[in-house]
Amino acid sequence: MSYATHLQSTHDEHAHGPAHGITRWIFTTNHKDIGTLYLWFSFSMFLIGGAMAMLIRAELFKPGLQFFEPGFFNQLTTMHGLIMIFGAVMPGFVGLANWMIPMMIGAPDMALPRMNNWSFWLLPFAFTLLLGTIFMKGPAPDFGWTAYAPLSTIYGPKSTDFFIFSIHLMGLSSIMGAINIIATILNLRAPGMTLMKMPIFVWTWLITAFLLIAVMPVLAGVVTMMLMDRNFGTSFFNAAGGGDPVLYQHVFWFFGHPEVYIMILPSFGIMSEIIPTFSRKKLFGYTSMVYATSSIALLSFLVWAHHMFTTGIPLVGEIFFMFVTMLIAVPTGVKIFNWVATMFRGALSFETPMLFATAFLVLFTMGGFSGLMLAMVPADYQYHDTYFVVAHFHYVLVPGAIFGIIAAIYYWLPKWTGHLYSETLGKIHFWLSAISINVLFFPMHFLGLAGMPRRIPDYALEFADFNRIASIGGFVFGASQFLFLYIVIKTIRGGEKAPDKVWEGAHGLEWTLSSPPPYHSFSAPPKVH
Amino acid sequence: MLPSTLLRALFFSLLWVVSLPSQADYVCNMTSGVTEISREIHNLHMIIFWICVVIGISVFSVMFYAIIWHRKSRGATAAHFHENTIVEIIWTIIPFTILIFMAMPATRLLIKMHNTQIDSELSIKITGHQWRWEYEYIGEGVHFISNLTTPKLETQNRAVKNPHYLREVDNPLVLPIGKKIRFLTTASDVIHAWWVPALGIKKDAIPGFINEAWARIEQPGTYRGQCAELCGALHGFMPIVVEAKTEADYQAWLQEKKAAAKQAQSGQVSGQAPPEPPQTKQSQSNHNHPGANP
Repeated sequence: MSYATHLQSTHDEHAHGPAHGITRWIFTTNHKDIGTLYLWFSFSMFLIGGAMAMLIRAELFKPGLQFFEPGFFNQLTTMHGLIMIFGAVMPGFVGLANWMIPMMIGAPDMALPRMNNWSFWLLPFAFTLLLGTIFMKGPAPDFGWTAYAPLSTIYGPKSTDFFIFSIHLMGLSSIMGAINIIATILNLRAPGMTLMKMPIFVWTWLITAFLLIAVMPVLAGVVTMMLMDRNFGTSFFNAAGGGDPVLYQHVFWFFGHPEVYIMILPSFGIMSEIIPTFSRKKLFGYTSMVYATSSIALLSFLVWAHHMFTTGIPLVGEIFFMFVTMLIAVPTGVKIFNWVATMFRGALSFETPMLFATAFLVLFTMGGFSGLMLAMVPADYQYHDTYFVVAHFHYVLVPGAIFGIIAAIYYWLPKWTGHLYSETLGKIHFWLSAISINVLFFPMHFLGLAGMPRRIPDYALEFADFNRIASIGGFVFGASQFLFLYIVIKTIRGGEKAPDKVWEGAHGLEWTLSSPPPYHSFSAPPKVH
Repeated sequence: MLPSTLLRALFFSLLWVVSLPSQADYVCNMTSGVTEISREIHNLHMIIFWICVVIGISVFSVMFYAIIWHRKSRGATAAHFHENTIVEIIWTIIPFTILIFMAMPATRLLIKMHNTQIDSELSIKITGHQWRWEYEYIGEGVHFISNLTTPKLETQNRAVKNPHYLREVDNPLVLPIGKKIRFLTTASDVIHAWWVPALGIKKDAIPGFINEAWARIEQPGTYRGQCAELCGALHGFMPIVVEAKTEADYQAWLQEKKAAAKQAQSGQVSGQAPPEPPQTKQSQSNHNHPGANP
């Protein structure tokens, strides 16, 4: 692909900059401002959710109850999960989509800018409701982020209703964000940019947005049924009234499994941008990447019951869900092979984004392997609800989703701010994170296999050693994220001037814009050949 | 790259972790257990694990070969290839074939595990309550509740923890070896999960529903496990202890239990209902301390 831009001159006359003061952020309809809001929101939630993880690791540092009552421990694990998933990872990806999609497809802004503003500004209210439960009388939600009935319905604390409404708000925000992304991608592409010429990041987000629209209403439905069971005397999930507690799990995981891919597909897209850039070589197998991503998305609707193998699903059901789950390994494998083939015989260099991308490749693959092991129903009977599962999903979510977001920020930060970040500090941040994350999560595999269930505040003595190691890894990982914050703030404040095309091997429309880019990205569409 | 001070700090902190005294013997793999099924689960686990290791080594060695030898700083220039249909078809088909070979033993074992109805010689009804297990020997009239016995002082770090900390109960589930035992799990309040790794059984205990599992224990011994499904504040404090005895020892134990049950019944005026566990709501019991036993 090659691009022609013939608009720099017309730009400056029509461009009007942002408003000043706080109103800029409250009333903004600009995709970059909203992207920035999303990213800062995501980072602050990452710190809050991370602080909870630190408290959890402190309690688990040694056997015995050190700091918390068991009930409060459950509130911590519940909040940690909800905040990281709905507060840190999802808004982080939406922030990147807001910033990058218009710049990557040659659009001036998102298609629905006012709705964009609303979908962001719902989030602070949603999380105020959710976090507010910690300060209310009685316990905060304490049933795990999965909120299984009847623990969350008849037995749930009063604050559960706040949890339900905050989920409704988050769902609204996500659905509107997804509609906006689909509308932007389908309508605002530069002339000549056919679907199969779009950058893979745009492709993965398009597919993710469809997943969001498909499953967020399901989540809204299931929490509404919870609300009715709790307050209006219905018995959807209450066996004594003719309902079925397992029905909750079916509906929840029908949302929950596609949700897993909502949190990883954009990361796949980021990797497909970063790895070719630093390999100085075109992405291997563009077409198969698109098809692999689509098949992962489609299969994600057919595997939900693999989260529920121990609930007593009939044999035929278990075999079906085992096979389909295993099948997901095929397109996922294709993606991994494509990335490795992209690196192979390239001219590699390892700036910070590429370091994070390489760690993603290795560690996400390891998370994939444990996922494959979990798909084997007989073995899953032993792994299920143990630390093996905790290790598995943290391997795919932290080096998968979170490293993806961090890599993307390092990759595009010079473009956004017009300044280069400190490569030395970036590398220190990488090595601290990459080493500590393995010290943190790898021993959890051993704990799970040795028989430690998840979501317990205290444990038998044979689990003490690995828990101590994991906690130390956790503290180092948590602390090193402040270095990341420092690097980002330092880059925003100043630094070496970044060129328009920040990376030697980078391709794509965003690199044809100035660094920092104009307030309205492309006011005349570029031509894509 | 990495400054040396940082490396040194990392090295010494790792050294410190390694040198800390070990609290107990630790395990870092699934154990093969004491039933045919649990042993087969362990074998399946190891097969899948080694397949993953082999795939991992082959993928990562190509990747690290590129990372080491195809660096720009070594003067590597990028090749231009970016697709190859044959290669892409091959690396779709190979994983698919491997998966079939993984699925076959898994399915075979799964079918075996589901065979609960036929020829079971003893049925145990397991009921999960917040936060204790209740066992009923169906047709034997034996029925009891099994509570955690770890003293509060130990969980509060005010006494030395005994070797079976949090995995000890007042009334263990006593089972005979060599017999096909059927377990029926259910619950009275929220969902629990009955898990004994050595038996290869984890089954959710769901209020209003009954799940089935089976085991044939091969060796006498004490096997420990605990609730595996988050069930409220004291989820971490409802352990399971199974004592497997030889048939003779089991019969002796059963007769003793039956006699005790009869005595208790005749001592009372009418057929008393078995002791019900307190039906406290979780939200009200959040301030309970673990280890509080009757």
